[in-house]
Amino acid sequence: MSTFADVVARDLRLALRQRGDAVMVVLFFVLTATLFPFAIGPEANLLARLAAGVIWVTALLAVLLSLERLFLADFDDGSLELLALAPTPLSLTVLAKVLAHWLTTGVPLIAAAPLIALLYNMDETALPALMLAMFLGTPSLSLTGAIGAALTLGARRGGVLVPLLVLPLYIPVLIFGVAAIDAALAGLSARPYLLFLGAIFLVTLVVAPLAAAAALRQAVE
Amino acid sequence: MSLFSGRDLVCVRGERQVFADLAFDLAPGGALLLSGPNGSGKSSLLRLMAGLLRPAGGTLTWDGAPVADDPETHRARLRYVGHLTAVKPVLTAAENVAFWARQAGAGVADVERALAGFALTPLAHVAGRLLSSGQRHRVALARLLAAPGDLWLLDEPSVGLDQASLAHLSAAIAAHRAAGGRVAVATHTPIDMPDAQTLSLAEFARAAPVSGGSGW
Repeated sequence: MSTFADVVARDLRLALRQRGDAVMVVLFFVLTATLFPFAIGPEANLLARLAAGVIWVTALLAVLLSLERLFLADFDDGSLELLALAPTPLSLTVLAKVLAHWLTTGVPLIAAAPLIALLYNMDETALPALMLAMFLGTPSLSLTGAIGAALTLGARRGGVLVPLLVLPLYIPVLIFGVAAIDAALAGLSARPYLLFLGAIFLVTLVVAPLAAAAALRQAVE
Repeated sequence: MSLFSGRDLVCVRGERQVFADLAFDLAPGGALLLSGPNGSGKSSLLRLMAGLLRPAGGTLTWDGAPVADDPETHRARLRYVGHLTAVKPVLTAAENVAFWARQAGAGVADVERALAGFALTPLAHVAGRLLSSGQRHRVALARLLAAPGDLWLLDEPSVGLDQASLAHLSAAIAAHRAAGGRVAVATHTPIDMPDAQTLSLAEFARAAPVSGGSGW
């Protein structure tokens, strides 16, 4: 278990010492979200209605943008070979790397989401639902994304392939994430949608590390 | 006496058969020197021994038991140094070595000794990006000393090393073998290893492609 914590600590330290990557994700999220009002127009009611969708779509794209660096640097410098050769099961190492990825992308996105909600004049009664939905949904994005990132490692221009592979798998998270916020805005319970997000998280928590580890073994062969 | 052996090993890379019917035995304290021209499969054999590559045929056994049955145990006893150094540019030399030592299950105390073994002590707190390629290679080799392992698999360990570092490498290998460790080395430059068995891979090469088509 200590090797698990070591991988998380190393990836966090790497992210901290090359801060640009993590900052870029949040910056992309905030900047893209602020572009919509310029394109759609400043009508307050319309923006409030769009808020949930805009937040989720831009968060998805921001995560997508960060996926490439999940394994690529380790693949290029040979670290991935050594991780595959370590006695720790590779799926556990993948889980550690995904956790570090979520801490450096998912958590900043969750922190920035209320800012966008404020910008769009979203009703604050839906804020708890938004935060909870993001909290349950973003880990699934990192986990599912790891499969795509691992599968495209060997391919040239893998960065182009990742969205094609991963975006369809993101759609359930998008649907239930937006539905949770819409329900809260309509004065209904967001609980069923949050439970669905939780279920998706639990499934990907089991499947994604195994699938990504298998893909990584192919990549280092 | 436990033997690490391979029998009838076949390696296929991208539709091309690299070698076939290859056999070797590596006893405790033994050394295996892999020789052969470029592309004869030296690196592939080392990766096969490590378990990174699956053999297209044949078996690897440790003490009579197939390695494929218990890959975790095999991974715990092997230390692999390949062409890539896995040195992170933003971590210091000591941090790089310490991380891999802990991954292999060793304490931090070994790190200083490992760095000293390759004369890296003055560079311990220098970031990886500031190291020269030879120094980075020495950091990769220091991983061997940081976490003891029975089987060392070294792919071109002498590339980019100066005379002093070569002597360090020879000393490290000698000490490892004296303690009962075994080592397999692929190299073009002679490394001082007394009574090492030489395995010439050119003898096991087969020119014919596996399938009729030439691919694309």
